[in-house]
Amino acid sequence: MTLQNEPIQRNENRKKYCRFKRHGIKYIDYKDANFLLKFVNEQGKLLPSRITGTSEKFQKKVATAVKRARHLALLPYVTDSLK
Amino acid sequence: MLKQYETVFILNPVLSETQVKDAVDKFRAVLTNGGAELVNEEQWGLRKLAYPIQHKTTGFYILFEYLAPTNLINTLEVEFRRDETVMRFLTVALDKHGIEFNQRRKKGDFNKKDKEVKEEQA
Repeated sequence: MTLQNEPIQRNENRKKYCRFKRHGIKYIDYKDANFLLKFVNEQGKLLPSRITGTSEKFQKKVATAVKRARHLALLPYVTDSLK
Repeated sequence: MLKQYETVFILNPVLSETQVKDAVDKFRAVLTNGGAELVNEEQWGLRKLAYPIQHKTTGFYILFEYLAPTNLINTLEVEFRRDETVMRFLTVALDKHGIEFNQRRKKGDFNKKDKEVKEEQA
């Protein structure tokens, strides 16, 4: 039974961080589809950086990588149930 | 001046094994004759496409990673456009991070940077 004044969703308000800066990832591979799935929602659309928390520099790299993966049919352009 | 490039192309799935081999050899020949040096070559084989291309749902993926003079890329891509068994191709210039990433991937660290992090966390 959670306490009355304790916020229920503890992870809702955790500080978002850019995973690329944090883990020191320098290159986003467009061929690695299941890694890119983390940046795409169910319809296959790119998630905004305010949701994923990635910094602008890496959001652009993710965007180009996802678009390249879509070109090579590794990722769909639009779908209904991706995950 | 030799720059590092990476090309992925998809061949029509209806091709027989020998036809696939011939196509790959043909493109490799275009590269080597043009003075390119093949660094890495991978064949991912028959894979399911995320959406149908030319009404086909599967395709034969091949990856070339090579050092090439800058003017060779145009001739290579003309060759790709001319060959109708190639359904799709993508050539990408690699920067130093990309090169270093590919070396680690080829070396079999299999960490692909993020997976290693995942394994550590898991």
